[in-house]
Amino acid sequence: MASQEVLREEPSRGSFINDPRVRGIFFQALVLVLLVAGVWWVTHNVIVNLARLHIASGFGFLKGRAGFDISESAIAYSSDSTYFRAILVGFINTVIVAVVGIITATIIGFIVGIGRLSRNWLIRKICTVYVEIFRNIPPLLVIFFWYSGVLAVLPPPRESINLPFGSFLNQRGFYFPRAIWGEGSWLILVALLLGIAMAWFVARKARQRQMATGQPFPVLWTSIALIVGLPLLAYALSGFPLSFEFPKQSTFNLVGGFQVRPEFLSLYLALSCYTAAFIAEIVRAGIRGVSTGQTEAAAALGLRSGSILRLVVVPQAMRIVIPPLTSQYLNLTKNSSLAIAIGYPDLTATAGTVLNQTGQAVEGVVIMMAVYLALSLITSAIMNVVNARMALVER
Amino acid sequence: MKHIAIGVLGAAAFGFAASAASAATLDDVKAKGFIQCGVSTGLAGFSAPDDKGEWQGIDADFCRAVAAAVFGDGTKVKFTPLSAKERFTALQSGEIDILSRNTTWTINRDTALGLNFVGTTYYDGQGFMINAKKLPGVNSALQLSGAAVCVQSGTTTELNLADYFKSNKMEYNPVVFEKLEEVNAAYDAGRCDVYTTDQSGLYGIRLTLGAPADHVVLPEIISKEPLGPAVRQGDDQWYHIVKWTYFALLDAEELGITKANVDEMKNSDSPEIKRVLGQEADTKIGTDLGVSNDWVVNIVKAVGNYGEMFERNVGSGSPLKIARGINALWTKGGLQYAPPIR
Repeated sequence: MASQEVLREEPSRGSFINDPRVRGIFFQALVLVLLVAGVWWVTHNVIVNLARLHIASGFGFLKGRAGFDISESAIAYSSDSTYFRAILVGFINTVIVAVVGIITATIIGFIVGIGRLSRNWLIRKICTVYVEIFRNIPPLLVIFFWYSGVLAVLPPPRESINLPFGSFLNQRGFYFPRAIWGEGSWLILVALLLGIAMAWFVARKARQRQMATGQPFPVLWTSIALIVGLPLLAYALSGFPLSFEFPKQSTFNLVGGFQVRPEFLSLYLALSCYTAAFIAEIVRAGIRGVSTGQTEAAAALGLRSGSILRLVVVPQAMRIVIPPLTSQYLNLTKNSSLAIAIGYPDLTATAGTVLNQTGQAVEGVVIMMAVYLALSLITSAIMNVVNARMALVER
Repeated sequence: MKHIAIGVLGAAAFGFAASAASAATLDDVKAKGFIQCGVSTGLAGFSAPDDKGEWQGIDADFCRAVAAAVFGDGTKVKFTPLSAKERFTALQSGEIDILSRNTTWTINRDTALGLNFVGTTYYDGQGFMINAKKLPGVNSALQLSGAAVCVQSGTTTELNLADYFKSNKMEYNPVVFEKLEEVNAAYDAGRCDVYTTDQSGLYGIRLTLGAPADHVVLPEIISKEPLGPAVRQGDDQWYHIVKWTYFALLDAEELGITKANVDEMKNSDSPEIKRVLGQEADTKIGTDLGVSNDWVVNIVKAVGNYGEMFERNVGSGSPLKIARGINALWTKGGLQYAPPIR
């Protein structure tokens, strides 16, 4: 009893000030107070100075009529829409280019990364040259390369290059027929979703059966048949409701059909190519990080080289690859703000225009920062979930 | 925690900048010894660097005139090239003392943006330019439905464009860039069919294109664009100095005071000319304004009168060859009118 009391009092050494626990709380509280005071002082300073300079402040301007047009918009937008909607259009454009860019960059990155480890001299060298070129050029120059170097030298609209299936390519972009879904086409979508669900179910069952009995099942072909076959069947059953609108020549431009503008194309291609070079190096590092003993052991078990890569090397490599991959995805998203140089209406461009038309610089910058931060945090959160699934389950 | 810190830093930077701009601008300007003048990134006739790197144009010369009024020396100006998007923040934050950058005077800019426009140094209107060689048969803006239109972002031009096409029930594809050079390059490369900006700007830009003769400016003027210099709100003395520099340029032209004859004019028999040039006994006109009494002499010696400034930069003495038109003095049927200096 007595010895216990002595033990309990020992860390305080009799003085309240010397208690490390109290000290810890004190300094944390101090930092918090300083931080709150700092934020308050800055906010106060901004508000007072804006009022003194007779500059309007607050977020009320977001409800005002925008009055300017935006070239690319995934949602309904006109000059009568609000400033908020203009910013939303920019945000969606940023998300679109980031998502398709991430997917493409990952595919190119994996191909090039594995290619750098190929036994074929030519493939290996081509992949090395790709990585060294794109990794060592600033992304802005890559964007200009695609915009001014490739797409701007295409012919004008009247001399468009004819491509198969009624598509055209000219310096105003890539035009292809737009699908017009008639009545009953919802059946096709339902069939597609059903096909995907059934394919997933079949894959699961086949895996369980192979685990239990060792008998393989042709999962790939069954899945393709389900995912492609079912919608085709639905298409036939609902009476072929699909028709196409083809792009046609008019006074100035091609009209009709679907247009992919050169601003989007060059930004998308540049971001994909640029980030793919980094992803390729991450993939190469991940594969090299799996010890050769693993490959040798798998070979000793009699697995073929394709199966070794798919079943032994890649699952282990993914654990090394995913964390740095997240950084590259974040980089790609943030680099998409370079769109402003070529006039793609992303978040930075539209929020910047709003900022300039209303003169509310502080609010505009705060909105941009908050949105990019949110986008990055969401990307990180998704990648953390993926990482947790891939991580080694320790028993 | 980290992102709060970043936000704090950003906001703090703005806060400091705003407080730096609080003192009387005239004292700040005198203390640093020059005027910081916000100009465009290069628009021929208004503000563009020449082959020696000297800024030329009406807007650049206007800043020289203010420097001449304040320091008696028109060279005490430093120029800050600004994009359309950067210009207002630069003035609000105190980075520049005058915004003289072909900027349209609107009520929103006078009120919500916290600026004060001092006057209209150039009456302009928005127009359209097309490549006549590629688009034969187009001779009116009303034939432009379906065209791709190049425009600079964050300008009144962008807003007028949307209004004009909407009210005439026409469609267009906006091709929007932040920087003037980017718009020029895109138009020259054929990314768009039409270039729209202030008409004076179109004439200036046409000279910089690959084949200027191929391009025509369409006759329609779709807006009022009174271009003029602006200062921050809340400093009446500085506002008056800049405003009366503009009026002095006009009054000098009206009274026939030129760069060449300004010294003779000091001994003129006309009491009005003597008063304007600060030759009246015990005059206080200049000192009341906060400058020396021979301020008008200094202005005219530095840049000439308004008419000389116009002809040199955009008129007959320049490659642009723009006629005075509505920018003539009121005595010659134009809109330029200045209150008397007395």
